[in-house]
Amino acid sequence: MTPASRRLADRVVEVAIESLIRLCGISAIIFVFGILYFVFREGAGFLFAGLDVREFFTSPEWYPTSQSRVRYGVLALIAGTGAVTALAMLLAVPFGIGAAVFVSEFCSPRWKEGLKITIELLAAIPSVVWGFIGLTVMNPLIMVVFGVPIGLNVLNGGLILALMSVPIIVSIGEDALKAVPDSYREAALALGVTRWQLVYRVLLPAARNGLLAAVLLGVGRAVGETMAVLMATGHAVTMPTSVMDSVRTLTATIAAELGEAPVGSDHYQVLFIIGILLFTITFVVNLAADLIVRGRRRA
Amino acid sequence: MSGAVAGTLRFRASAFTQRKLRFERVAGIVFAVMTAAMVVPLVAIVAYLVYHAWPILSLDFLSEVPRQGMRAGGIWSPLLGTVYLVVLSLAIAAPIGVLAAVFLNEYARDNWYTRVVNLAVVNLAGVPSIVHALFGLGAFVMFAGIGKSILAASLTLAIMTLPVIIASTKEALASVPMAFREACWNVGATRWQTIRHVVLPNSVSGILTGVILQVSRTAGETAPIMFTGAVFFKALEPGALLGYGLFDQCMALSMHLFTISTQVPDVPEALPYGTAVVLLGTVLLVNALAITLRVYLRMRKRW
Repeated sequence: MTPASRRLADRVVEVAIESLIRLCGISAIIFVFGILYFVFREGAGFLFAGLDVREFFTSPEWYPTSQSRVRYGVLALIAGTGAVTALAMLLAVPFGIGAAVFVSEFCSPRWKEGLKITIELLAAIPSVVWGFIGLTVMNPLIMVVFGVPIGLNVLNGGLILALMSVPIIVSIGEDALKAVPDSYREAALALGVTRWQLVYRVLLPAARNGLLAAVLLGVGRAVGETMAVLMATGHAVTMPTSVMDSVRTLTATIAAELGEAPVGSDHYQVLFIIGILLFTITFVVNLAADLIVRGRRRA
Repeated sequence: MSGAVAGTLRFRASAFTQRKLRFERVAGIVFAVMTAAMVVPLVAIVAYLVYHAWPILSLDFLSEVPRQGMRAGGIWSPLLGTVYLVVLSLAIAAPIGVLAAVFLNEYARDNWYTRVVNLAVVNLAGVPSIVHALFGLGAFVMFAGIGKSILAASLTLAIMTLPVIIASTKEALASVPMAFREACWNVGATRWQTIRHVVLPNSVSGILTGVILQVSRTAGETAPIMFTGAVFFKALEPGALLGYGLFDQCMALSMHLFTISTQVPDVPEALPYGTAVVLLGTVLLVNALAITLRVYLRMRKRW
C-alpha cells in the first residue's frame, strides 16, 4: 500500500468507528426515551379516554376486575409503597450511615476491606431470594414474636427492603465521607478532638450532601423494588393503619396482575399507567440525588 | 526518688478528657454494632438456607428436570434458561456499554450534551425493574413482534444492565493515565488507534470485572423477564444442552424460585430452599470471582 492510500484507509476506519462509538454513546438517552415512549404508548389510550384521573389518585378502591363497577384507585397502593419505603428508610438510614462512618473512620484497614466486600455481597443477593426469605424466615418469626395471625405485612417488607437498600447507603455514604478533604480532619485532630467529635462536628456536616444523595438513592431502590415486596407484604389492597397490616405496593400490583390482564384491556392499560407513575417517581428521586452530588463536586 | 516524682507528675486525663474518651469508645461500639447488624443477617440467612437445602443438594438436583408439576425432580431446565438469558443479554449489553463508556471518557467534551448523556445513564440505572418489564413487553414483545421469547427477555435484561456496565467501564478507562494516550498520539496514532492499542488493553481487566459483576445481577433478576420470556414450566430433556431456541420461552432460576414458593401448592420444603441456595450460590460465587480479580489486579498494578 502506498502511504497515501494507507492514510486514507486509516481515515475511513477512524470515521466509521467514531460514528459507531458516538451512536453507542447516545444509547442511554435513546433507551430512557424509549422506555418512556413505549410504556406511555401502551397506556395512553386509556389515560386520555376513560380513566378518571381524580379517582385514580384519590380513591383507595382498586377493583380492576369487579363485575358490577370497575374502580381504579391507586391511593391504597401508593400508601402501601409509602409505608413500606418509610419503614425501610427509618431502619436503613441510621444503620447505613452508622456503618458508613464505622467503615470509613473507626475500623482498622484490614477489617475495612472485609466489611466492604461483605456489604457488596449483601447487595448482590437477588430480590427474589429476599422475597423467599421474607416468606420463609421473617413470616413465622413475626407471627411468633408479635402473636399476629399472618406475618406478611408492612413490617416484613420494611425489614427486607431495609436490608436491601442499606448496602447502597453504605457504599455511597462512605464515598461521601472519603471525599471530605483530609485537611479538615487534620485541622480538627490538631485541636485535640476525639474521633467521635470529628465525625459529629466535622465529617457529617461536611459530607451532608453526599449522605443525602445516598439516602435518596436508597429511597429510589426501595420504591422500585418488586419481587421482594410482592412476596413479603401480603396481598391486601388496603390503607395500612399499623405495621402489622398487609399491604400491596405499586410495583407488586403490576407484577401480580399483568399476567392476567387481557392485552389492550382497560386493566392492562392502567397497569402501564402505574408504570409511568413509578418511572416518574424514581426519575425525580434519582435526578435530585444526581443534582445534589453534582452540587457537592462543584463546591 | 525518681520513681516517686514520676508517679506524682504522671499525666492524668482531666474529667473533661475522660468523658470525651468514654464518649468516643461508646460511639465506636455503637457504630460497630450497626455494621454488625448488616453482616450478621447475611451470614445467618445464608446458613439458614443452606441448612434447609442440604438434604436435596446434589449433582442430580442440578441435572434433573422438574417433575410431577414441579413438586419433584431437579432444576436443570431453569438453570439452563438462566445461562441462556445471562449469556445473550451480556453479549448484547457489553459491546454497547463499553463503546458508550469509550465515548463518554475519550471523545466527549465537558459540555451540556455530555451532561445529558451522563444524566440519562444515571436515570436508566434507577428505573425500577418492573418498569423495564413493561418496556420490554411494550417494545420487544408487542411492537417489534418478537413475542415472548428468550430474545425479548435478553434484550430487556441488556438494557437494564447497560448503565452499570457503562459506569464501571468508564471508571476502568479513567484509571489509564493520560500520559499513555499522549505518548501514543505523539507517534502519530489516531484517536481510535490509541484507544484500540493502548487504552483498552490497559483497562481490559477493569472492564471485565464490571461485566462479570453483571452476570450475577442478571442471573438474579425476575421482574424484567416475567412478562417478556420466562414461563412457569417448560418440558426439557434432562441434561439437554441445547434445550431452548432463540424464540422459545424458557424457565429461569429466579422465576422458578418464585413459582414453586408462591404459585404451586404442596411443594416439598427442600425444593425451594435448594433452588434458592443454587441461585444465591451462583450469584455470590460470581461476585467473589469478580472481587478476587479486582483485588489481584490492584496488587499488580504498575502505575
